[in-house]
Amino acid sequence: MKKSLALILALTLVFALAAPAAFADGTFKIGGQGPLTGGAAIYGNAVMNAAQIAVDEINASDSAIKFEFQAQDDEADSGDKAINAYNTLMDWGMQILLGPVTSGSGITVAAQAYDERTFLLTPSGSSVDLIADKDNAFQVCFTDPNQGIASADYFADNFAGAKVAVIYRNDDAYSQGIRDTFVKEAEAKGVSVVYEGTFTDATSTDFNVQLTAARDAGADLLFLPIYYTPASVILQQANQMGYKPTFFGVDGMDGILTVENFDTSLAEGVYLLTPFSADAEDARTQAFVAEYQKRYGEIPNQFAADGYDAVYIIKAALEAANCTPDMSPADICEAVIPVMTTLKVDGVTGEGMTWAATGEVSKAPMAIVIKDGAYVTP
Amino acid sequence: MNMKRYFKDARADLLTYAGVIIAFLVISAMKGNGMLNRSQTGLLVPICCYIVMAVSLNLTVGILGDLSLGHAGFMSVGAFSGVITAMGLMNVIPSAPMRLALAMVVGALCAAIVGFLVGIPVLRLNGDYLAIVTLAFGEIIKELITCLIVGVDSKGLHVIFNVNGSKTANDLTLLDGGRIIIKGAQGATGTKTIATFTAGFILIMITLVIVQNLVRSRHGRAIMAVRDNRIAADSVGIPVTKYKMMAFVTSASLAGAAGALFGLNYSNLAAAKFDFNTSILVLVFVVLGGLGNIWGSIIATVILYILPEALRGFSTYRMLIYAIVLIVVMLTTNNPILKNYFASLRSKFGKNSEKEASAS
Repeated sequence: MKKSLALILALTLVFALAAPAAFADGTFKIGGQGPLTGGAAIYGNAVMNAAQIAVDEINASDSAIKFEFQAQDDEADSGDKAINAYNTLMDWGMQILLGPVTSGSGITVAAQAYDERTFLLTPSGSSVDLIADKDNAFQVCFTDPNQGIASADYFADNFAGAKVAVIYRNDDAYSQGIRDTFVKEAEAKGVSVVYEGTFTDATSTDFNVQLTAARDAGADLLFLPIYYTPASVILQQANQMGYKPTFFGVDGMDGILTVENFDTSLAEGVYLLTPFSADAEDARTQAFVAEYQKRYGEIPNQFAADGYDAVYIIKAALEAANCTPDMSPADICEAVIPVMTTLKVDGVTGEGMTWAATGEVSKAPMAIVIKDGAYVTP
Repeated sequence: MNMKRYFKDARADLLTYAGVIIAFLVISAMKGNGMLNRSQTGLLVPICCYIVMAVSLNLTVGILGDLSLGHAGFMSVGAFSGVITAMGLMNVIPSAPMRLALAMVVGALCAAIVGFLVGIPVLRLNGDYLAIVTLAFGEIIKELITCLIVGVDSKGLHVIFNVNGSKTANDLTLLDGGRIIIKGAQGATGTKTIATFTAGFILIMITLVIVQNLVRSRHGRAIMAVRDNRIAADSVGIPVTKYKMMAFVTSASLAGAAGALFGLNYSNLAAAKFDFNTSILVLVFVVLGGLGNIWGSIIATVILYILPEALRGFSTYRMLIYAIVLIVVMLTTNNPILKNYFASLRSKFGKNSEKEASAS
């Protein structure tokens, strides 16, 4: 009897902590969701830090729209933890979701948000599956296919006749997505792909097999549609075996210069496709980079830039749709969806960003090369 | 076995059922009256799944006495076979509860078959060796499922086993109106979520009936005899391998059913979710609840699953605090003074079942 009582008491206690969802008056509630702890925390924290800057800027300005911002941790999990974080935000009274930061969580959460009619703008969840068949999901970053196509086009224009090897992570929707469209576009453009190697999260510490095979296949251009942590290992191991192709990464490569205990001289001459460069001359980027450095003591990466732009895009969308803070998440969602395709937003990740009804963003990708530890235009 | 002990055991079992039923009724009533917010409601199904996982792992670790570190592998088998069943039969069986039930049965069967195959080599080993081999099998199962690409169309089920990673979902060549169910390493995507709290409750009850009756039966006593002294059990003619296999396969199939429920609760689920960490998480539930203590597993699961969510107020320090709480709880529950205190409480109320005494 005692035990059953104890269980009921424990359950009641835990569940009694319920707080009713309340809509704030006067401010819109934006919820941020991303990995704040664990291996992918650098992305989540960058987005949330930058989003906080944007929210503070807007609240300090004379804008009619004011925001309240809360970030929740999903540990980049694609299952229960992602939904738990989303549910926590909904309990808080979130009206618009800024996130999820990673594609895996994004696919899970977007399906739920679609059923419940919550508008979501992911700063960096680049998988097509995230926005596929969901009218409520929009992206700030490029979709994976766009990066694959842009890379193949860039190779065709700038590295004519190169033999390309691809090493990608096949348990990652992001990496697989870019590789799929890259290979297709490469075929169409006559770029020769001589080798394709795969790895998974569990095998991302040793690439000797893939690198040897790529070298044996005669590849002089190594395309790495992967995140920078495994890429740093690839650069090191290629250097050790004396293999010196041209390395070409996509937006996940952004951050390679910040890897701890990594000899950044190995990253010299690495190309990457990114919409954001902290060295850009325009006033908007300069102001953002300065503020980010002041608050957090580091140069913002592309994820931060996406998060910063996301807040301003949400603001522009709310203004265009004439939303008021007392509207429910579902009402805001229905009001904002039609105006998204009419928006044209200037941000730090691109001028004149526009959106298709599918949720894809359209902006010019930019290839940069690392020279003397900095990003420069080739 | 004397009659007094029989009644004590029976009473403890009945109290377990009663406790779970009361908890279900209370929570259902709270849910019906809108007293639970979204995040709490969202936790119900995964908690049910993890309770079944913990109780079934307790059968292997606590009752059989073999440390298994690959329990998430069986959950994974159940989850993906369950998702394939539920999604594949979507047009054939329109009723969601029916599909859910069938998915859980298929999940349990597939996990049982895998459990049997794994058990053949594994159960020849003992102690640490067995633990390491189960760990390895858990990883193998994860890697194999990572290679699966499955889709369904009007012609039936299409399956590709993508060993060298060169194939994608497009290679399934599905007809128009076909659906991709599992996309290799990215796991099941676009699953229709049909899992319910009621189904979770029913699964817990079935698990309890199976495990408690097995433990109290002749077979259960043989299993515990193997745990307590393998050589002695062998010498009195108990077929050790048979009973080990019985406990192991039962445990695997229950984990499979839990996995099917879990898989159908999320629209997207990757095989990487069921890695070594998940196995350890369930093991922590079991160890904290007490080896062989079914009740303890249930309570420990509920508390430890809710804890990280309840600690969200600590923002980025949340997982750190979770770890500290875990250490403190483990230390205090093993403190002899506290143990004696609880033992004296128990004897005061005349409720010290011998099962718990032997388990602690």
